[in-house]
Amino acid sequence: MKTAADPSTRQNPQGSAGPAGAQAHDVVLQVSDLAVDIRTHRGTVRAVNSVGFEARAGETLALLGESGCGKSMTAKALAGIMDPVCDLADGRIVLNGTDLAALTPKERLKFAGPELGIVFQDALTALNPVYTVGTQLGEAFRIHRGLNAKQARAEAIDLMKRVGIPEPESRVNSYPHQFSGGMRQRILIAMAVALNPRLLIADEPTTALDVTVQAQIMQLLRKLREEGQMAVILITHDLAVVAEEADSVAVMYAGNVVESGPVAEVFADPRHPYTKGLLESVPVHLERGDQLKSIPGSPPELHDIPSGCVYQSRCPMVQDICRAERPALRPAGRRRTPSGTATAAADPEQTTSAGTNDGGATVRPVRTAACHFSEEITNA
Amino acid sequence: MPEPLLSIEGLTKTFHVAKSASGNTRLKALDGISLSVGRGETLGLVGESGCGKSTLARTLMMLETPDEGTVSFEGTNPFGLKGKELLAWRRRVQMVFQDPFASLNARMSAGDIIAEPWTTHRSLYPTSRERDERVQELLQMVGLRASDARKSPQEFSGGQRQRIGIARALALKPDVIILDEPVSALDLSVQAQVLNLLNELQKELGVSYIFISHDLTVVRHVADRVAVMYLGRIIETGETEEVFDHPRHPYTAALMSASPKLDVTGAKRDRIVLQGELPSPLDPPSGCRFRTRCWKAQDICAEVAPEPQVLTAPDGRRHLAECHFPLDTIKGLTGAPAATANAL
Repeated sequence: MKTAADPSTRQNPQGSAGPAGAQAHDVVLQVSDLAVDIRTHRGTVRAVNSVGFEARAGETLALLGESGCGKSMTAKALAGIMDPVCDLADGRIVLNGTDLAALTPKERLKFAGPELGIVFQDALTALNPVYTVGTQLGEAFRIHRGLNAKQARAEAIDLMKRVGIPEPESRVNSYPHQFSGGMRQRILIAMAVALNPRLLIADEPTTALDVTVQAQIMQLLRKLREEGQMAVILITHDLAVVAEEADSVAVMYAGNVVESGPVAEVFADPRHPYTKGLLESVPVHLERGDQLKSIPGSPPELHDIPSGCVYQSRCPMVQDICRAERPALRPAGRRRTPSGTATAAADPEQTTSAGTNDGGATVRPVRTAACHFSEEITNA
Repeated sequence: MPEPLLSIEGLTKTFHVAKSASGNTRLKALDGISLSVGRGETLGLVGESGCGKSTLARTLMMLETPDEGTVSFEGTNPFGLKGKELLAWRRRVQMVFQDPFASLNARMSAGDIIAEPWTTHRSLYPTSRERDERVQELLQMVGLRASDARKSPQEFSGGQRQRIGIARALALKPDVIILDEPVSALDLSVQAQVLNLLNELQKELGVSYIFISHDLTVVRHVADRVAVMYLGRIIETGETEEVFDHPRHPYTAALMSASPKLDVTGAKRDRIVLQGELPSPLDPPSGCRFRTRCWKAQDICAEVAPEPQVLTAPDGRRHLAECHFPLDTIKGLTGAPAATANAL
């Protein structure tokens, strides 16, 4: 395992001062065929089904979807903190060349912190109410770096400064309930980035916060991402947050990725009817009081996900083939092929480019969509 | 503006709480709130958590008694009513709650939930047959099936539950419905369905809405007029387009700027990221309440609380704001003290 960077080098913005050898745009995490099963009273259901994506250093990948679509389950599977009733049924989670899915839980613990950090939605339940924030922030340093209590406390104060908590010297001895919601979220973020991980997973980090505080937290995440050249996976249901914060996006529906690609391209020219429907549900560019184009119905229950396309019951373009056959995620960059993906589009096997960091030559992610009729979607 | 149906003037509500850090025990949740709602109109109420939106809603529902100020509903003050008259008034203002999973009784069927208000207001539908028919009508009105009356809330999705909550509010044929974050617990695709439903119902029934939300995109879509609250005061109010396109109060501008936009052109915009968080309402700043986070604040802001002013642009558009240094996005803005806060 690499040794984490000296704290003094963290202050260098952007440059190569991040964790050993992290170059911007290198693929840090590659997930393929990820599947998670949940054991319930009514039988085993598949909550996440052959999900694949990649996260790159210094970039933000958004996992976008509505509640129950499997985005948080995916995050928990990546971090190895699934509930006991959940099983990792299949898939590879390759973080910096190591397949986390193949490791034992004990081996995996070594990665939690130095390689991978996670920020949860609800800061009040994620923090332990009976320990001071200083103790909780210092824990990572004591476990992974073997620092003593005094050294860990100094590191904790340093971290609190880094995430913009005022008067860290005195507040390090406060308990979580003595902080406001925004400050608690900063503490959670501080814990996640304490050991300069390569990958930061942020699971709805601002959902419980007011917009003015949300803007502050997003600014902080951007700053930390730049400083450490971290790959960030942002899990959210908010299209506007994705539009503003993310470089690429994977849209999830009923446990499946239905569309992925660079945010600007996906949002400007969606190639899956669900993405298109979501974008049209947002009341922008409309006269006040105009009818919104809503998606009829609601997502399927995990217990009865149809055998064909997962979106068939709500899709305006549904045909017989959609009921019979589930469309695979395939390249959908027909209209606008970004440079570098032309070959990928010609090779249907190569869904998310397998090109990795051999000498920094990285292939940009192609646009993919899981729809039989993605070429026929018209976007005005 | 339509004829005001409901207007309030100088509403103040103070709660007594356990001692705060500064030793203050009085929490002024509402501090001189004035606003009006016309018939068939939607008033959007925006602001961060803790600004007093929900206390205002509860006061309008008569769940809290104001310390000062008047409420006037078609000329009568509901707080002076008693007995039958009070009952008749209560029928006319109803509420839809935020969380459709907490606001419906899990032990009752959807039909019973919708019919429950009639056990208090018996005269509306005296026979059980009338009530059954009306329940089915209401279910259809909100886009559910008549047969859904027998189902219990657990059998419905979040969006469908919110439809039941709306049907319950409509059961008493109210004139005003207070919608407290009615779509914020719903998924985006379902949110659009419920917003469309609310819009159709308003056109059909002519009911007025007070729409409380933190989602500015939604408020912009539904509200005719909007009022922005900060620490117990309405700091800016006016027609929706006016307030959104030409905010005069720095807080309104910051709020608009902070809320993420779905703009796929990738154009970078200049953001106003406010420093700090909402001060505790137990110890509000002196003078202007926003001054601790305001980038335009000067000495006078700490000393004198700004009075509401009617700000008029050269082209005649105007709205109300409370600021010593209103943002002058249009040259030639003139201000005049507002006689009443309902001057618009």
